[in-house]
Amino acid sequence: MVLVYIDHQDNQIKKSTLEAVSYGAALAKQLGTEVHGLLLGSVNDDLATLGAYELKNVYQMNDAALAHFDAQVFVKTIAAAATKVGATTIVFSHNQTGKALCAGVSALLKAGLVTGAIALPNTSAGFVVKKSVFSGKAFANVSIQTAVKIIAISPNSYKVVGGASAAATTTPLDIAVTAGHVKITAVHKTSGEISLTEADIVVSGGRGLKGPENWGILLDLAKELGAATACSRPVGDAHWRPHHEHVGQTGVQVAPNLYIAIGISGAIQHLAGVNRSKTIVVINKDPEAPFFKAADYGIVGDAFEVLPKLTDAIKKMKASA
Amino acid sequence: MKILVCISKTPDTTAKIAFTDGAKKFDESGVQWIINPYDEWYALVRAIELKEKDPATIIHLITVGGADAEPIIRKALALGGDEAIRINTDSADSFSIAAQIAAVAGTEKYDLIFTGKETIDYNGASIGGMLAALIDAPYIPLATSFNIEGTTATITREIEGGEEVVTVNNPVVVSCQKGVAEQRIPNMRGIMAARTKPLKVVEPAAVEALTSIESFELPATKAGVKLISPDNVEELVRLLHEEAKAI
Ligand SMILES: Cc1cc2nc3c(=O)[nH]c(=O)nc-3n(C[C@H](O)[C@H](O)[C@H](O)COP(=O)(O)OP(=O)(O)OC[C@H]3O[C@@H](n4cnc5c(N)ncnc54)[C@H](O)[C@@H]3O)c2cc1C
Repeated sequence: MVLVYIDHQDNQIKKSTLEAVSYGAALAKQLGTEVHGLLLGSVNDDLATLGAYELKNVYQMNDAALAHFDAQVFVKTIAAAATKVGATTIVFSHNQTGKALCAGVSALLKAGLVTGAIALPNTSAGFVVKKSVFSGKAFANVSIQTAVKIIAISPNSYKVVGGASAAATTTPLDIAVTAGHVKITAVHKTSGEISLTEADIVVSGGRGLKGPENWGILLDLAKELGAATACSRPVGDAHWRPHHEHVGQTGVQVAPNLYIAIGISGAIQHLAGVNRSKTIVVINKDPEAPFFKAADYGIVGDAFEVLPKLTDAIKKMKASA
Repeated sequence: MKILVCISKTPDTTAKIAFTDGAKKFDESGVQWIINPYDEWYALVRAIELKEKDPATIIHLITVGGADAEPIIRKALALGGDEAIRINTDSADSFSIAAQIAAVAGTEKYDLIFTGKETIDYNGASIGGMLAALIDAPYIPLATSFNIEGTTATITREIEGGEEVVTVNNPVVVSCQKGVAEQRIPNMRGIMAARTKPLKVVEPAAVEALTSIESFELPATKAGVKLISPDNVEELVRLLHEEAKAI
């Protein structure tokens, strides 16, 4: 059985979870088995609707000790649940929650783990999963040798496939939960922002924008596109933008449908974190900027002139669509 | 307080990524090696900052690797830390590395174990989580700040769309990223001192890897950039809409 971890936040199932469910469903088909979900805690969404992504059933545990996230407690619970329901492959999204959990479950079950997977495994001879390595500069095909296998798929790497007309069932699962040691004392949400790793479109600014006071034109464009915002490392280091927006080899790695780089030179460390983006647009006044070599579309021009015009043109296109 | 910092050796961020042996092995020729930036800039430096506040703190550095890992661990010692441990085996996969470190951590009883959030070569982001599970300690991944008062740590960690502040008592395993510490560079005194700091070599425990790399691939090269005049941004919008179907 393929078991997908149903991650949620603010009582809602995340988009990355739907990707993991879609991946798990395709994998189950490939292996000739069933796909089930594992939910720790509760959500407001109707779990039956997960059937649209071909999930058969959700095992749910609602123990009070699971109301707050504690990796140590969750890891033990997931490992025990996976064993109890007879999971042979466990699928996580490699988002922040997945990063907290999948490695621990792998260690407890001695189940081989591939993190940052970007495709379904090749099962023609063995079980080989493709993942991104060297921060996006290459891929590795990793063979899992153990009977139980764990895959953590990179967010935005597998398309959500919905539309099936089935309803998922829910089965309560009873497993003893140990008490945790971690107390959550505060949660700070960057309100209204679109999550960088899940975003379809990312608009990113570099040192070419000269200073934090100039970010307005970039934010306008992002707003018009419904995009998340990002920046190069020196911009984060100089506190022009918050740390969590820094993308690249030593920052966040993103793989959106569309990445728009504005006033970013395209240093190798920056490219490493963004070159899995499907379409890359570069706006830079220097025609020799290395980023153009990695781009699909480019404008050689001054960002301060191009951005407002671009935002306007998108507005017009939307209005006429 | 006793801190263990996990140190990995990675190719320099500008290293040419190429493969040999029928794409089965990373081509190390001409590659400069560095301390994995997350291990150095955040995990190690935060440990040093804590020792500066409380000089009774003891910092151990640990790495899993052959003798070729020693220049890197010496470089780390030049930044700070009291002694280093090298587990004398080639690293096979994340699990085997974590299990080797767990074997040492299990007897040494550290109060804090710091790792970087991931290595920049294999991007596993797994060692901390595996290690925590193997020694049954709480695990706080993706920390952006770390403070400790007595035996209670207050840690901010990244969650989707924000941050969460947690408190937890020792021992705890923490994976560190940007925000945890201020970057620093080794000075001459540190480099001299590092030469005389103990570097213990321990033989590996019997551990089997769970995974292996079959082959590597390089990404397909782009077809080439389509340039659009800055006076015709409408054309870019049209291409993004009709050709790339991206907006
Ligand atoms: C170990 C290590 C790790 C690193 N990790 C990362 C990482 O994760 N992410 C990252 O981003 N960097 C990283 N770097 C830094 C990286 O090498 C570059 O220094 C950095 O990406 C450059 O940022 P930038 O493109 O914003 O600035 P610059 O390189 O200064 O480029 C600014 C660009 O803006 C253009 N420009 C100027 N004015 C205008 C204008 N008016 N309109 C349009 N364009 C304009 C210029 O032509 C130039 O190309 C790392 C470096 C090291 C050594």
